Amino acid sequence: MITLPASINASLVLDIVLLVMLLVVAGAIVRTRSLLAAIILFGVYSMISAIWLVVMDAPDVAFTEAVVGAGISTIVLLGAILLTRGETEKSDWRKLIAPALICAAVGGVLIYAAMGLPDLGDASSPANAHVGRAYLEGTAKDIGVPNMVTAVLASYRGLDTLGETAVIFAAGIGVALMLGFGPRSSLASPPSNLGDRHVTLRVAAKLLIPLIALFALYVQFHGDLGAGGGFQAGVIMAAAITLHALVFGLRETMAAIPSRVARSVASLGVLIYAGVGVVCMINGGGFLDYDYLFPPAVEAQIPGWILGDGSHAPHWGQHAGILLIEIGVLLTVTATMVTVFYGFAGRTVDDARREAKR
Amino acid sequence: MADILAWAGGGFVIIGAALSLLGAIGVLKFPDVYTRIHAASITDTAGASMVLLGLCLIAGLSLTTLKLVFIWMFVMLTTPVSANALANAAFGSGHKPRIGAFQIMRTDERRKTPRGVDAP
Amino acid sequence: MSFFAMHFNYIVVVILLMAGLFLVFSSGNLIKRMIGLAMFQSSAALFFISLGKVSGGTAAIAVAPGSTEARALASQLDPAYVAQVGVEGVVYSNPLPHALILTAIVVGVATLAVGLAIAVRIREAFGSVEAKDIDVLSRVEATQPGPQA
Repeated sequence: MITLPASINASLVLDIVLLVMLLVVAGAIVRTRSLLAAIILFGVYSMISAIWLVVMDAPDVAFTEAVVGAGISTIVLLGAILLTRGETEKSDWRKLIAPALICAAVGGVLIYAAMGLPDLGDASSPANAHVGRAYLEGTAKDIGVPNMVTAVLASYRGLDTLGETAVIFAAGIGVALMLGFGPRSSLASPPSNLGDRHVTLRVAAKLLIPLIALFALYVQFHGDLGAGGGFQAGVIMAAAITLHALVFGLRETMAAIPSRVARSVASLGVLIYAGVGVVCMINGGGFLDYDYLFPPAVEAQIPGWILGDGSHAPHWGQHAGILLIEIGVLLTVTATMVTVFYGFAGRTVDDARREAKR
Repeated sequence: MADILAWAGGGFVIIGAALSLLGAIGVLKFPDVYTRIHAASITDTAGASMVLLGLCLIAGLSLTTLKLVFIWMFVMLTTPVSANALANAAFGSGHKPRIGAFQIMRTDERRKTPRGVDAP
Repeated sequence: MSFFAMHFNYIVVVILLMAGLFLVFSSGNLIKRMIGLAMFQSSAALFFISLGKVSGGTAAIAVAPGSTEARALASQLDPAYVAQVGVEGVVYSNPLPHALILTAIVVGVATLAVGLAIAVRIREAFGSVEAKDIDVLSRVEATQPGPQA
């Protein structure tokens, strides 16, 4: 009779079941020849990953994975196969032997190495016992926000996050340079009789888009208190704008948010983030050291009852600093995703018109 | 009282899961695009509603229940609309509904069918 | 057996890593390769999050004593544990991998977009996204400069 140790519980069972589902979907992605099927399956893969992330106590990451995987990533991939080709060519099975052997060999070595890793959930593993523990214990004293993931992301590791935001901005610029900033000349106006077939979608979209934008702002500003933050909010806001473009036509969306506005907002976001760091340096601290964000004279003026808790030192600099940089991240992520979407969608329209002229 | 609610909630969650499973089986077994859309959307709406109702019963009267009610309203708004959009797209790209007497095909019959407009 | 259960996460990570790598190596189509690369990134994210999990832990959001979350948490935890340690002693999962992976996912989709933009331009320049066609065509173009030169 096998006795199960006490640590095997519902969480572990859920984890194993979800990982098996991931394996099945990954196998299907490898085998299918149709790219549309591969893209939809990749969306399913992301959704299952999001559920698995909740089981692993990571709601922030689950948020991000769900919106990015099922939203932006699918849109960008669909745009790409619209502009290229929808199916891969049949490949000779003999050509697959060498890659399969290499992958099997590397996989075998990695699995052998993975046997030496600590057990799942071990609280005394090197990953969980030192730096992670220090952040858990230090957040209440140093930063004072309940969401410790936001505290790590925005304050303890703020410089990393600035680098990531800059990478996202650079990727947006890269896509815009390669695919264009959206259609150059004015788009043909949508046909005046859109037909009654799409009325349900239009009405539902009109209801949903403001709600999605509102939800994005909620996620942004509650990132300190609960799961959320600038990255999730940026992607959700970009999803709302993309939904508008898909339902009402690219022309309407580009009239509302022209591409130069998107580009400027993206650079404004990075500017705000780096600007906060520079202001901290001007006031005497290090780069992105939020304790020095306000000069001491200003900080002494802020009454202690605003935050409602007079028992420990108010971390005004930390709260304000985190708020400002999360706004910067929101602006950059939203504007970059919108620029990328304009690049892919605008190319289609250009191509279509060029094809029509021939 | 809380115990009964928790058990009833669990029962509803299991019913919801069973309905979602039925929806998945329907998508695989039904012969036509439109019937598959029907299977997926009907059982996802009903399955999700049952699961959310069960979770509301387990959570009792609290902020969580209010959030679950909002999620339910959102699901009620989006699932039928997306099914409608999908059916519109299928119609717009030329899939004609299969009318007339037919049975749910067995697997060997599916392979013999020529790849017509209903090909996946 | 429990060793296998405790290390199952890492085995799945390696299998998904190799599946993504296999797609990158073997698929001729550029878009399929990008999907393989995205799977590779996603399995790396899986690995980090698995490392950060603490058994019996909850999400790394500080639970204020007396709040609804505290009551909900207390009802899920073992009563003996709560009696001994109280809700203040609640166990959290490690927040550091979550913070790292969160940004990595968004950066991953941004770089996926760059890769796909390159693929689209290759299609427009060479007329195909299959690797073997591009190979032949780029060699043909190297010998005779094409009209776009």
